[in-house]
Amino acid sequence: MIEIDNVSKSYGAFQVLKNCSASIADGEVVVICGPSGSGKSTLIKTVNGLETIDSGQINVSGFRLAPDVTNVAALRRSVGMVFQSFELFPHLTVLSNVTIAQIKVLKRSRAAAEEKALTLLARVGLSGHTTKYPAQLSGGQQQRVAIARALALDPKVMLFDEPTSALDPEMVNEVLDVMTGLARQGMTMVCVTHEMGFARSVANRVLFMDDGEIVETADAVKFFDAPQSERAKAFLAKILRH
Amino acid sequence: MTVDLAALANALPFLLKGLWFTLQITLVGVSGGIVFGSLLAIARLSQSRLLSTLATAYVNLMRSIPLILVIFWVFFLVPWAIGWMTASGRPVAVGASLTIFVTFVLFEAAYYAEIVRAGFRSISPGQYAACDALGLSKFHAYTYILFPQAIRNVLPILLTQTIVLFQDTSLVYVISATDLLGAATKIAQRDGRLVEMYLTVGVIYFVFCFAASQFVKQLQGRLAYGAR
Repeated sequence: MIEIDNVSKSYGAFQVLKNCSASIADGEVVVICGPSGSGKSTLIKTVNGLETIDSGQINVSGFRLAPDVTNVAALRRSVGMVFQSFELFPHLTVLSNVTIAQIKVLKRSRAAAEEKALTLLARVGLSGHTTKYPAQLSGGQQQRVAIARALALDPKVMLFDEPTSALDPEMVNEVLDVMTGLARQGMTMVCVTHEMGFARSVANRVLFMDDGEIVETADAVKFFDAPQSERAKAFLAKILRH
Repeated sequence: MTVDLAALANALPFLLKGLWFTLQITLVGVSGGIVFGSLLAIARLSQSRLLSTLATAYVNLMRSIPLILVIFWVFFLVPWAIGWMTASGRPVAVGASLTIFVTFVLFEAAYYAEIVRAGFRSISPGQYAACDALGLSKFHAYTYILFPQAIRNVLPILLTQTIVLFQDTSLVYVISATDLLGAATKIAQRDGRLVEMYLTVGVIYFVFCFAASQFVKQLQGRLAYGAR
């Protein structure tokens, strides 16, 4: 359960988040969409403390995050994150990428960590690639490894920050398929994405952001069929024209 | 004048002893310099204003004075300092070898620090974010993720600096240490064989440095990620 309560943040004079509030239930899949520069990525990064907040608070399964809270280690253990540019560790094999945090953060034994990693890599369809290095994989494969790496810590929540934006078009679906599978299994997910097909068919709800504000929160299907705000209508008209 | 190869053969054991000391200085300078230099680099990049100012000041100081002066300082001043600190009233001899090892570590660390710092800065900010997101502690992130990448990214430059270090070891002749050049100088003066000795050590320095720089060249091609 994630409770975002009146969160604001500025970079100098530029206010990137303006009194954002949202509530995400366990098992819910929420897509954050909106024009670029609207604060989507910043908002999602506040949820695991990668971005600090200036005011307000965020509650993530019992962990309270506020401007004065600096020790976020416990929070990060329960929140997995997938980045736009994968950010796999290039000097480590696929297997080591998935085991390193298990061993160092969760203090699992190497054997247990590898077993877990192999299970997860099989789940994302990459069983045959465990000894390869990230640079030997395609973008789609790298992103699936990144998902396995995040899942290896048994997170309660998964954050996806534009997970398919850096991919060639033919690789988008293999990543979305993994995400869809995850959603079906009841994972709580927050995704910043431009994949409107995914948003419509997999997400429960859509948060529409513009100019640092959460302008509209709606049921996914409803949002696409009958957006309420003018800004959401304009945004959808632009991206769904083709 | 004639070149006397017999004189060279006689001198060889002593020259090899000198070469061994040169290699020792290089090895100590590289290992100690990279360890201390990496700590300096991390201190410079740290968010603590105090740490980063101190490290920056140290690096700038060392890089602004000649190595030969640092050798003199450590050789002549440190015995006085130790004597003063231990209240023994007179300088405590430190010994040429120890002086040299300490000097090279202190001095080279400043150069290695800047190289390692460049290595850290060449890592994308996303890698730092990924470490944070996975909950890795600063220590774990630096040890297992960031430091290996930083070193890898600057390995050719580190090796190039090491070649310079290897050549700079010859400066220890100013405190009469017997490194390769020191050994050659001593024999040259004793036997009046300047040409043979200085040509020979010239060849030895060249062989080592040229081989090392060829290795660096090869390494650069192989280090790119994915080129395995």
